Parts: sequence; structure tokens; C-alpha cells
Amino acid sequence: MVNVALPKGRLGEKAYRVFEKAGYSCPSILEPSRKLIFENTAAGVRYFWVKPSDVAIYVERGAADVGVAGKDILLEYAPEVYELADLAMGKCRMAVAAKKDFRDDTEKTLRVATKFGNIAREFYAGKGRDIDIIRLNGSIELAPILGLSDVIVDIVETGATLKENDLAVVEEIAAISARLIAGKAAYRFKGMEIENMCRAIAAVVEEQA
Amino acid sequence: MTLSEDARRMDERVARQLCGLYRRYGYSRYKMSKFEEYDLYARCKDFLVSEGVITFTDTNGRLMALKPDVTLSIVRNTRDGQSGVQKVYYNENVYRVSRGTNAYKEIAQVGLECIGELGMYEMCEAVMLAVRSLKCIRENVVLDLAHVGYLSALMEEMEVPDQAREEMMRAIGRKSLHEIVELCRRYDVSPGTQSALEVLSRGACGAEESLEALRRAARGRKMTAAVAELAQIYRVLAENGMGDCVNVDFSVAGNMKYYSGVVFQGFVEGVPDSVLSGGRYDKLMAKMGRKSAAVGFAVYLDMLERLDESHRAYDADVCLLYGEDVPPSSVLRRADAIAAAGETVLAARSLPEGMRFGRVERMEGGEARG
Repeated sequence: MVNVALPKGRLGEKAYRVFEKAGYSCPSILEPSRKLIFENTAAGVRYFWVKPSDVAIYVERGAADVGVAGKDILLEYAPEVYELADLAMGKCRMAVAAKKDFRDDTEKTLRVATKFGNIAREFYAGKGRDIDIIRLNGSIELAPILGLSDVIVDIVETGATLKENDLAVVEEIAAISARLIAGKAAYRFKGMEIENMCRAIAAVVEEQA
Repeated sequence: MTLSEDARRMDERVARQLCGLYRRYGYSRYKMSKFEEYDLYARCKDFLVSEGVITFTDTNGRLMALKPDVTLSIVRNTRDGQSGVQKVYYNENVYRVSRGTNAYKEIAQVGLECIGELGMYEMCEAVMLAVRSLKCIRENVVLDLAHVGYLSALMEEMEVPDQAREEMMRAIGRKSLHEIVELCRRYDVSPGTQSALEVLSRGACGAEESLEALRRAARGRKMTAAVAELAQIYRVLAENGMGDCVNVDFSVAGNMKYYSGVVFQGFVEGVPDSVLSGGRYDKLMAKMGRKSAAVGFAVYLDMLERLDESHRAYDADVCLLYGEDVPPSSVLRRADAIAAAGETVLAARSLPEGMRFGRVERMEGGEARG
């Protein structure tokens, strides 16, 4: 039995469809209910819905054997897990954005507003740029408009929000998409089951591409 | 609850068993009773499991450290360049930032080091003792082997910037086949090298199959020699009934700066991360000015807490409540009698709040009543 942590919401439902196509169906999961755990013993799989940013924690701590997590979460928290496959869904970019007329004044510390403090710190450390991180939990785009920060580091999907607020992408940090992750001990003790699941899922992803 | 062997804390029981195991194979105890200078650890910072060392100033003004590691100290204090091997084990508390809490913790660590002229027997013995160490913890265990020599030969072959090598190492550590493919495309890595890298991201297919794949993908003398060494160790273990729990998996080959040959990590069912880690570290020896070769490993006992399944239903079997008028010697006699019968007893004047007991005994005027 492989325990799978899926992120609640649209991405998780899409990810489940891939698992279903790969031979790991569990029809009860799509019925409207308040249940959190769904099992199909015949297919050897048990699913549970968790908050998207928590998937990696469940897998790292061994409560789930595998899970579906965004590359943004994996980059930010660097959990001790294996990243077995790119599911090629939920695609977007981690990028630096600023007001259209932004010019980096290297004589001053760069103020960066973001939800992703570690990603921002590592990115600018690589460039040798001194920054001040302003950790926000939402509406990041507001920060440069109100002069709270010089730039933001955030997820950009279509760029529509940036455009409407007169902001633009300055630099791209990384391409983001959903990844299939596995726990280190789970990989040792359920290795064959997880490898087979990974192969079947990779085949479905390739077919859909 | 009776105070039997089972009721001891899991980590204490395992530590005792491990020390006994190492002693039986001729390892002698290394006791670390003094502090090392901070400089010793600072020089080999990347060798330590976690960053951060607790420092203090000694009476003579030198900067000292609370041990974050025992291996470095053993290497420094063993004789170098002598024939034969020196075998030592240790059971020490180390001080370092714990993975879960991100704060300094005192962590119990047991391990061994074998230093000197190492031959195939010594390597096999170290790996065998690693497997047996895991078996002291649980029945269902896995020891993953890898070879730093194989990996570094492959990395040297690629004509890419250092940063690309680091990214490649991380991708192998994460078992990310898709990332390896992407990196090879980005840095224009040759197809032969790429397929060798892809082999390294696998691991669940069993040792025989993994070794065969590594042999096929080997490019050049160094890599062939590395696979041969891995295969020989695996064969010796398999011949001695340990083949089932040994695998080949290159995601465990992290630190190429200090390790030089075979490296390994051990896992036990029920603990989400590795509980044992070690390998051949000739490069660390060289960095510390030593000519000898060395192999060793450590077992991290702090990870075992969650395996402790002995559930304590009561704080004590008996709560012995005694009144004001009961002479202390009577209370002591009764408590002794209960303890001698194999039960735990807590004597108190009133029932302690928030504690649970199997039963309560009251003593008034020197008499015990149930």
C-alpha cells in the first residue's frame, strides 16, 4: 500500500487524474464529502488531501510515502525528499518583478518583498547583492507600488496581475511545476511499488505532453 | 509495568548492544574526556553533519568547542603511519543543531573507526558491522552502498563549469531523472556520460541489477575499479547472509570532499531518514596530514525515539499514600517490598495531580490498606 499526499484544490484534482490514468484509481475520492482519506486496496493506494504547502512535510516525516508538491515549495523549504518526476502541470515561473521604470541602484540595499524568503536570499547571494527581505503573506504586488519594497520575488503565471499593476518581470529565477516526491525511508522499504508508480505516471505525463 | 529489559529506553538499549557488538570484533573504546580546539572543527567544517559549533574560551584564552563530532578527534589522536590497523568505537554525546528543531541539542551517537592499512577484509567488516548495527534496532533494515570514486571519475569527465557539477550532484541526491536530463541538455553533456548519470538516479531494482547497470555504464579504469570494489563487498555480505538488506544507491554519496571510496547510509523501518552514515574517508585523513586510510560510521540514536513502542500506561504501578502519623521507616519498608516484587512505586503524602497509577495503596498509623 502506497500512501499518497495530494494537495487540496485544482492542482491536486488534476494530479489525481494522472494517478487514475496510471492505474491508481480510487473513485470515492471525487464524491463530494468531508472525508480526508480514500483507499483502494486492490490498486494498493491510499490518498489523502492536505494543504499544498504541507505535502512535503507529510512526505519528509514519513506520514505519506509519496506526494505531489510544487517546485516552489521544494526550493523554499528544501525538504529531505526525493524528487522523482516532473508532472508538467501547474506550470509557472519564480521571478523577480518590479515597477516598469525600475533601475537597480547598487549603492543601496535592495528591498525584496516575498513569501519565498529562502529562494530570494539564495538567488541574490549567488549574485553577491545585499538585500533586505520583507516577508509578506499575500498581495505581494502591492509592495513596490506603495514603495514598501524595490522588487518582489513571486510566482508569475500569466503575468496579467503584474501588467494590470504596471509591473514587469525583471529576471527569471526558476521554472516551476508540480513534482512527484517520495520519502527517503519509504523509497527503501516500498522501493519497487514507488518505482512502478513513478514509471507509470511518467508514461502518462509523456503521453499527455 | 515491570522494569524489564523492554522497558528501558530504546536508545539506551541499542547503545549498549552496539558497544557490545563492536567490542566483540576487537574494537576498543575511545573516550573523549577533554575538549578540542575550535580550529579542528573549523578546518573540516563540511565534514560535520550540521553547521554551528558551540564555542567557549578556555582558561588559557584558547577558543574551544563542545564536540559536534567524534571522528575528527579520533583521527587527531591516533598514531599515524604504523603498520596494521587501529580499531576504536565510541559512545558519546555530541552537540549540534538537530534537524527537526533547528536548535542545539545533545545527541547520543555511537560509532566506530578503523584506521591504518585497510584491505578488503577491513572494508567488508565495517560494512558488515553497519548492517549488524541496524539489525540491533529493527529487523527490517536497508544499507545503501555507493562509491565516491565512481562518481568523482564521472564528474571529472564532464567538461562543464563547477556549478554544473554541483547541480548534477544535487539532482543525483534527489533521484531526479528529469533534472539530470535537463542539465545534460543545458550543458551539452555527451550521450554516454548522460546514460551513466541516469543509471545513478535509480536504485530500487536490487543490488545485482544495479551493479550490472553500473558496470555497463562505467567509462574508464577508475569507474570499473570502483564497481569491482562495490561488487566484491556486496558478494562477501551476500555470502554471509546479508545480501537481502544491502542495496546500491548513489543518492547516499553526498560528500566528495572527505570521502574517497565506498560510502553507505542505513535505514530502519519506521524512521523517515537515515540512522547510520559512514564510509571510507582517506581524503579527510590527507587533509589532516595523515598517511593512513580510514573507514568508519556513526549511528544517530536521536532518531530512534519515535520507534519506542513501549507505551507507558501508568507513571508508576503503585502510588503509596502515607499519612502524617506513619513513621518513615514503615513507608520505606513497604516501598521496598513493592519494588522488590518488581513493581514501580511512588510514595507520596497526597495523590499527585495529573499522574496515573495502576493502583493506590494507603498507609495509616503504620498499617497498609489496599
